[in-house]
Amino acid sequence: MPRLSALAWAMLFWMLSGISLAAPYIPKSSDEVLEQLPALNNQADLELRLLQRQLDANPDNLPLATEVATRLLESARTKADPRYYGYAEAAVKTWWRQAQPPVEVLMVRATIRQHRHDFNGALQDLQDVLANRPSNAQAWLTQAVIQTVRGDYEASLRSCAMLKRLGATLPATACLANAASLSGSGRQAYPLLQEALANTAETDVQTRLWTLTVLAEIAARLGDDRNAEAHFLQAMALQRRDAYLLSAYSDFLLDQHRPAEVLALLKDDSRPDGLLLRLALAEQATGSKLLPQHIGELQRRIDAYRLRGENIHQREEARFNLVLAKQPETALRLALENWQVQHEPWDARLVLEAALASGKPAAAHPVLAWLNQTKLQDRQLQPFLAKLEAR
Amino acid sequence: MRILLVICLGLLAMPVSAHKPSDSYLSISRQEQAISGQWDIALRDLNYALGLDDDGDSRITWGELQRHQAQIDAYAFAHLAINANHQACTLEPVNHQVDKHTDGAYAVLQFSVVCPVTARVLGVDYRLFFDLDPSHRGLLRLQNQGQTQTAVLGPDQPLRELQLGQPSNWRAFSEFAQEGVWHIWIGYDHILFLVSLLLPAVLWRADSRWQPVRQFRTAFIEVAKIVTAFTLAHSITLSLATLQFLNLPSRWVESAIAASVLLAALNNIYPLVIKRIWLMAFVFGLVHGLGFASVLADLGLPTGALALALVGFNLGVEAGQFAIVGVFLPLAFYLRQTWCYQRLTFGLGSWLIASIALFWLLDRSLDLGWGQFN
Repeated sequence: MPRLSALAWAMLFWMLSGISLAAPYIPKSSDEVLEQLPALNNQADLELRLLQRQLDANPDNLPLATEVATRLLESARTKADPRYYGYAEAAVKTWWRQAQPPVEVLMVRATIRQHRHDFNGALQDLQDVLANRPSNAQAWLTQAVIQTVRGDYEASLRSCAMLKRLGATLPATACLANAASLSGSGRQAYPLLQEALANTAETDVQTRLWTLTVLAEIAARLGDDRNAEAHFLQAMALQRRDAYLLSAYSDFLLDQHRPAEVLALLKDDSRPDGLLLRLALAEQATGSKLLPQHIGELQRRIDAYRLRGENIHQREEARFNLVLAKQPETALRLALENWQVQHEPWDARLVLEAALASGKPAAAHPVLAWLNQTKLQDRQLQPFLAKLEAR
Repeated sequence: MRILLVICLGLLAMPVSAHKPSDSYLSISRQEQAISGQWDIALRDLNYALGLDDDGDSRITWGELQRHQAQIDAYAFAHLAINANHQACTLEPVNHQVDKHTDGAYAVLQFSVVCPVTARVLGVDYRLFFDLDPSHRGLLRLQNQGQTQTAVLGPDQPLRELQLGQPSNWRAFSEFAQEGVWHIWIGYDHILFLVSLLLPAVLWRADSRWQPVRQFRTAFIEVAKIVTAFTLAHSITLSLATLQFLNLPSRWVESAIAASVLLAALNNIYPLVIKRIWLMAFVFGLVHGLGFASVLADLGLPTGALALALVGFNLGVEAGQFAIVGVFLPLAFYLRQTWCYQRLTFGLGSWLIASIALFWLLDRSLDLGWGQFN
């Protein structure tokens, strides 16, 4: 137990230091820099500012509002900053509460609702979009992604097929392969996607990166670590620091018991919560001195979200409690709540692991039943399934 | 055909937030009678709303923040209102500081909250940034005598009413007693009714004329009878209404109170009731009690100490009343023989009271919205 008590002391220390940090003060010099704002110097940001000013003067201008909202959502994505989702909502506030907003606004609203994990609301909006514009490829893709996250693979496959019919070959194939691999056809899907990538004329980096990430994840779930590693490295070679890719690769390395490489991977970029979590997990595995500091920071971020009454971080919070804070009961509760919302392999894994760690294997039943039904293949789930069976 | 799609898988599967959504931290604390507040607002958000970065270097310095302080105060406090028992309080910035939260630097506005009444229910109306960022939340934290309450304020729920806990019994009693005194003092209709009844107490009617009484004792006994009857009557209805045995529409009650003032004043000019003014005090006192009850209900009664609050409030009303009588009676007795008292105070005063009461009666019964006297 010495490690546990050391951890408890470390957490206490950091909570206290967090409190002492949070004392208001009067800066000594008027030159003291208090805040570094997100840079607004590039052309796109300046254009956006100008458009926003035009919109302020004319908030009912639908094309202008949609343009501003779309650009803000792009900023939200590239800067990984949730404030931009709120700004985007404000841009289309004229129509936001309407029962039947214009299609353009529905797309914006679906994206924002998806970000807030209001999947039902997002799917409803996308259905309304597609009822009016069945040729909206983005709507089909977004719908497919949400359906996959919720574990509705049949619906997801149908959405991906519609995407394919519209001509988006590589994204559609990646979409199909991902859903198929999760519902028991990984061995068939993997070579098809590999072939599609090899033969594509697709030059969009983001699409290639996504395809490689999907390939890596399929391979990892099938237990083909060598190919998984190769795809992750190919994706990393595209030189886009994509947060999803970084976290997926980190998880892969952690499962491979290679935490030192995670430290190297994330040392420059731990601002997103998900990456900071993986960094702390690697630090725990290597016994890094920075661990208490990062645990304290994660705890403060979790507290900040909880104060808002939001729970879109439940998966990360469950993992934090399970592995870092050693609170399996809390982890199980969070993992089960998270399971109500999303059904990705990691969501299943956290329930199984937390159920075992807290000595409540029966709590994993809904997940076990679901795994049987969908035939979800993931080698990482096997050890937990074996332990649960042994009970 | 080539379609460019936004690949949003990453965002969906893992909410990446280098930053967090916009929040402000609004802490309100009450110690004894004083209410103070601290409001931490993110510099990023203030910059988005007001533009703080004067030199455009994407950095906000303490100097820049200080230059915009008045503008920030004006903007922030235009989007926050606090009330005590539904009566607006004044917010006054007292100090400006800076603090760091997980997502950056915040301006810290410390302010005082001055309320016209002792707050039993604290209402907060929060509207900051909702027009610019509907996902902004005001995280309210109320500290009241060692207890903490929290609330999340958003565009769908900008209003929150917080019960300021149950004070100790003695405290509830004394606070309600103060309210009682206060409400008889600002309740002009009650004062004017009492004054109308008391004006003739230093006089007596003979040969269809008002004559000054000879002895102070006579006047004192008369006043004691009136005040006791009024007190007894309004205590009865105040208790019955507060304990929910009696419930009359407030427009009816308020109109009847105005009518009682009118009749009491007119009775001085065209006397009908001479001997038993205390009876009049009793009958109309019943109506005034209902008026007090609605005031008491607005204050928000502590459920734990209902009886104590009721008794405290009632005693407060009596104390306020006795203070009026204590000043009135010696003065009136001293001046009773003068022309000034008999003609000006008694005669003209009664007419004046009658006119005001008529104004109230019309205003309240017909709901004209003329006066905000009560």
